[in-house]
Amino acid sequence: MQVIKNFKLLFILITISVLFVTKAKSSDECFENVSRTIFKFNMALDDIILEPVAKGYNKLPDSFKQGTSNFTSNISTLLSIPNNILQGNFSQLGHSLGSFVVNSSVGVLGIFNPAEKIGLKPNKEDVGQTLGTYGVGPGCYFVLPVLGPTTARDSLGMIADSFIDPFAQITIREKEILSTSGNTFDYYSVKATTAIDFRADNDKNFESLEKNSIDLYSSFKSIYLQDRENKIKNSKTSKDDWENLDN
Amino acid sequence: MGKLKIFLIFIALLINSALLAYSSDPKEFVGELVNDAIDTLSDKSLSKEEKAKFVEKMALENVDIKALSLYTLGELRKSTEKEKINQYQITFEKYFLKSLTSRLTDYSDSKFDIIDSEQKSSSYTIVNSKVVPEDGSPEIKIDWRIYTKNPEKPLIRDLIVEGLSLARTQKEEFASILSSNDNNIDSLINKLKEFIEK
Repeated sequence: MQVIKNFKLLFILITISVLFVTKAKSSDECFENVSRTIFKFNMALDDIILEPVAKGYNKLPDSFKQGTSNFTSNISTLLSIPNNILQGNFSQLGHSLGSFVVNSSVGVLGIFNPAEKIGLKPNKEDVGQTLGTYGVGPGCYFVLPVLGPTTARDSLGMIADSFIDPFAQITIREKEILSTSGNTFDYYSVKATTAIDFRADNDKNFESLEKNSIDLYSSFKSIYLQDRENKIKNSKTSKDDWENLDN
Repeated sequence: MGKLKIFLIFIALLINSALLAYSSDPKEFVGELVNDAIDTLSDKSLSKEEKAKFVEKMALENVDIKALSLYTLGELRKSTEKEKINQYQITFEKYFLKSLTSRLTDYSDSKFDIIDSEQKSSSYTIVNSKVVPEDGSPEIKIDWRIYTKNPEKPLIRDLIVEGLSLARTQKEEFASILSSNDNNIDSLINKLKEFIEK
């Protein structure tokens, strides 16, 4: 009970601070020196653990990797469903619900992706994106240990995700939904697998970025912020600020 | 007879240079350029140095490196003296070519398709394309920002890979270096030189 009370207090404090800091521009830093130190720690962690695991994972048969990627992606669709409702995006809600039902049944627990073949392509949505669609700015930028780049808005969203994500409810919150339940281990196993799959998929991009950046921290920051902007807009177009350059 | 000979040589040179140049239509320009690059970079008889030379030549002729250097400098380009800008642009070009050759010479076989194009203004056209790696990796969506102020000579200004602008990433990276060094352009030039000499 005390834990819940503390958590509520923390949630309120974060909400208040986010309401203030989301007025900051996304390029503003919350505490750059600390973030740069955490970034170095994360990169060291990546060198020691994630990169070797991802390289090993990349040696596995393509069919296995595809199945794993489909499985984790199907579970993450669950978080998109409440966010589609909160965003009032009912077309996407149809895609998310349809994709989850089809892939969990015909696609054997999400290992295969028959939903895509019938035109169901759900976008990944989270509370950070939902707040973005409500007009909440990203706030200042910082880096979290292990979890990586984030902003004030997205970190609040991350906490809220664990309350509305049905998968988090049946695992870390140990609730039963439609006679399905799990445990904390299931939750973190899926999250870790998602991270390995993402890292393995982008192995060459990471290498190229490390090799060609003159300030890797800023490159990651720029990529993170651009990616979040695109996810909120549900588009893959870049902000146009070239017209200013007339030469 | 002598004049006729000179005229014929001139015509031959003109035809030859026209054959080497890519189309002036942005969509065809990107298609021809990328297919040319794929043919060369996947040619196993060429050495890494030969491929690097090809990439450099291709970039110098078809990428608007000068504009890219100004864009990546952000607002500082307006308040910096011309001589410094020139010094920065020379260093930037070397940095850009080194970075590009390092990325492209490790090219792996991929299939390239032009999907569509959209004229944004008289100066810009966005060409949409996709790359399908032959190792089974997911396809990659790439948009090309083509500068068309001179309609006869389109130039590449930016690549937007899966919605991420390479020019913007570079600009924000440079902005961070500048802001932590009191907007001193020399510090950026030195960083670029360090990369070139690496």
